[in-house]
Formats: sequence, structure tokens, C-alpha cells
Amino acid sequence: MSQKKALAALSRREALLLAAGATMVAAGGIVLTGSRANADAKMIDEALVKLIGDTKPVDGKITLDLPQIAENGNTVPIGVSVDSPMTADNYVKAVHLFADGNPTPAVASLYFTPMSGKAEASTRMRMAGTQNVVAVAEMSDGKVFRASQEVKVTIGGCGG
Amino acid sequence: MKFFWRDITLAVATLSVAVGVGASSANAADWGPYQVEDRRSGYTYMTDESRAMQVDTFQNPGMLWVEEGADLWTTVDGKAGKSCSTCHGDAAESMKGIGARYPVVDEGMGKLKNVEQQINSCRGKNMEAAPYKWESKEMLSLTSYVNHQSLGLPVSVKVDGAAAPFFEKGKAFYYERRGQLDMSCSQCHEDNAGNMVRANILSEGQINGFPTYRLKWQKPGSTHRRFRGCNKQVRSTPFGYGSDEYVNLELYVKWRGRGLPVETPAVRN
Amino acid sequence: MASNVKPRVRVPGKAAKGEIVEIKTLISHNMESGRRKGKDGKLIPRSIINKFEVTFNGKSVFSSDWQPAISANPYMSIFAKVDESGEFAFKWTDDGGSIYEKTSKITVS
Repeated sequence: MSQKKALAALSRREALLLAAGATMVAAGGIVLTGSRANADAKMIDEALVKLIGDTKPVDGKITLDLPQIAENGNTVPIGVSVDSPMTADNYVKAVHLFADGNPTPAVASLYFTPMSGKAEASTRMRMAGTQNVVAVAEMSDGKVFRASQEVKVTIGGCGG
Repeated sequence: MKFFWRDITLAVATLSVAVGVGASSANAADWGPYQVEDRRSGYTYMTDESRAMQVDTFQNPGMLWVEEGADLWTTVDGKAGKSCSTCHGDAAESMKGIGARYPVVDEGMGKLKNVEQQINSCRGKNMEAAPYKWESKEMLSLTSYVNHQSLGLPVSVKVDGAAAPFFEKGKAFYYERRGQLDMSCSQCHEDNAGNMVRANILSEGQINGFPTYRLKWQKPGSTHRRFRGCNKQVRSTPFGYGSDEYVNLELYVKWRGRGLPVETPAVRN
Repeated sequence: MASNVKPRVRVPGKAAKGEIVEIKTLISHNMESGRRKGKDGKLIPRSIINKFEVTFNGKSVFSSDWQPAISANPYMSIFAKVDESGEFAFKWTDDGGSIYEKTSKITVS
């Protein structure tokens, strides 16, 4: 094979490689869609009943700090804070975190005390794909609040 | 056949437009020390969250290995009854600059050696201890600790004199097409840096932050682990850890990032 | 990685009475989820840190139950209101029952 021919063949292979990538983007978007979800809202409800009983959560009080798009599903930073004076008779007892697209929805339960000073924590979590993160806060007076946010998780380009 | 670079460029352009995200921050002009002339650290290709994880030395998970390395530094091992610190004292003094200037030519061996090989050479000759395995927790910890002593120092490797022939071999490897996909390092990391490969931005493939904590690996890995990954990705048989091919390549790739700060332990996707 | 687990904590050395201080923690652990397959194709058994607790002078400040969805080398930051000098104690418990502990003193003026 002449040098010139060889180069042409190689370039074509490369072009196909890149074109394949482009097709995938056109067809599937750049992120995993929620269709791969393993858990669902119902599973979260069931898990919640186990943790806190039948009280229906209402929206509010909770602020979630999550990236809109996560670079890698292995390590997604998450911050959660709940609006509360955190005094002996008015504080946040617990915050339960869920991810509705993970094989099991529960992520962590955080138990605060008035000594926490602030009902705020941050950690890093695993996400099996694009999905909703749900936080449910139990207050000392028995009220329950809820918040959720979608995080898109990108598919890796290169392995290694 | 009319599939040429124009088509490739189009495909890449489509990808870039389709995606756009994440790249937004890449438009920011001022990368501070993370850019030298036209050379940009992999740091500049990451999301804000991952960058924050790196620069907060407490949050940075790679620091767990650096701390482990600090313990190993003073741990006596081998028949000679020595630790690293027996000969080298305070690493903050004695190891400063190592991460910026290695690999270097070893006169005795008549070839290049990198930090991992230097560690094992010391362990053998001076400590009379068994060598660490590549990618073992001990090796990653000690290389992380040693390279971390150069944090922020500009990469500056010697590529002339005795190093010249090895540098040339590394450069040749960098531009040589290989594997079933028949691709060279340069095609991704030089010609297409900043473009998308599927959903990721291709970086310049700089190695100023190794051992690097990769989110994908969930632990740190060596430069040679990354080289092996790239080689497998183009469906070529990877070379061995510590092979001459990879140490030569390490010198060339390190030189590509001359002036960039040592970031060990960097956090990358 | 039950062996050689290394906890790190960062607590300010000093604080004013009643101040709310930030506490950061990190611990080296694979957090093996139980859903990953090894080279032999078999599932690697779950092995995670499942509990993290913080006390101050013996009183509970914060505790947390962790699931396999917490990332490897777990990081957690929290807050604490300090009214007196004393010692924070941090305790991580894994599936095998191993306990990893660290303490940190704070002076309140």
C-alpha cells in the first residue's frame, strides 16, 4: 500500500468514528435519559413511609445545591440546607435524601440536633444516570417538607 | 471516497454546537496559572464543581493518598533499616521540584527514569526493601506525596543533552498512529483539544497533575495507567507500566505542558 | 478496603461562644456498592461505611446513615454550634462492624 493510500484509509476510519459519535448525539442527546431508571417515585414513597410514617410532605423550606449537569456519576457533589432556627423547641430532626434513578433510591439520612446550629450538610453521591434527587425534611413539630431537583449525568467519552 | 478532514471538522463542529454545555467556562479568557501561552491544564476543561473539589485541599480526595505517603516517608522498611527520611530528611525541602523536573536521565542506567522508578531504585539500593508494585496503594501514595511537594511550581523538564534522544523517541511515539483505530496521541490531544468526543471535552492531555484522582477510577492513578487507557481506547496493545516507551512518552508529554503548575493531586473526570 | 482506612477532619481550633462552625470530614474507603462485578464475573460483596456520628463533649451533634449511593472516599461537611471549649469525636462504622475514630479539640472564648 502506498503511503498516500494508507493515509486516506486511515482518515476515513477516523471520520467514521467521529461521525458515529455525532449520530449518537443526534439520536440520544448528550445525557442518559431517565428511561434507564431503576427506582421510581413509588419506591421513594414506600421508603419514606418506613422512615417517617404517613405524613404527606409539602414543598418548601429546603434548598438543594446540585450541579445541573454532572461530569461523572461516580462523584456528584450535593449540598442540602433547611430553613430553621435550630432551637431546642424548633429544629430539623432529619433530612432524607433519595435518587429516583438509582438501583435503590435511598442515598443517606442526616439526623440533626439543636447543637448542629444549622441544618446544613454536604457530601458526594453516586448517580446511575440522569434523574431527580429528592430531599425530605422532618421538623421537630412533626411537619414534613420536600424538594427535588433534576441532575443530568453525562456519558463518558473516553475510557482508560 | 470523500470522507476527509472537512467532514470530520463538520462532525466535530456539530458535536460542539449540540453540546455547548460545560464548554461555556472554557470561553473564559483568564485561566491564571493554569494557562501558559496556548497550553492549558486539564483543570481548565473541567466543570466548576470538579475544579472546586481539586483546589480545596481538604475536599480533594487525592489528599488521602498524599497523607498516606507522608506516613510512608518516615516508615522504616527493608534490611538497611532506613526510611525515605533517613537520607532525604524533610520532603518539603528535599523533594521540592522533583515533580516539576522528572523524568530525568539516569547516568548509570543510561536511560530515563521517572518518579516511580526513582522510588523503587532507592528502595532497592539504599533501603534493601522490596520494590513497590505499580498502582499499588503504597506506590500511588508515595508518588502523590513526592510530587505534591512541587505543588504550584512550573513544569520544567530537561530535554537536551543526554535527554535528547529519549525526548525524540517520546515525540515520535506521540505522533505515531497505532491500534485498530489507527490514531496517534496528537489527533485527540493536539488537533482536537477542546472539541467533544461523545459527551466529554477532549483536553490537551497534560500530565502536570499526576498521580491524578479520577472520578471515573474513584482513586488516583499514575501517568502510565492513563497512557494505557488511551492506548486501549484506540484498540492498541498497551505497553507495560514503567516501559521505556512510556517513560520516553512521559518526558515528551511533560514537556508539552512546560510552565504549567504541578497540580498533584489533580482531580479529573 | 477495610485495612488502612484513614479519616481526616477539619475543625477550627478556636471559636467565639455561640459561634456556628463548619466541620469537614473525609475518609478513605472504597464504598463497595455490592453491584459491581469483579474480574471473575462475580458480584463483589457490599462493603460500605453505613454510619457516621459526631459528638461534642459526649453529646450528639449530628449522625447520618449512609447507603451505597455515597461516593467512594466519603466526604461530609456539617455545622456545629459551640458554647464551651471541648472535644469533637467523629466515628465511622462499616458493614463489617469496624469502627474508625478521630477527635479534635476546640477552644471557645
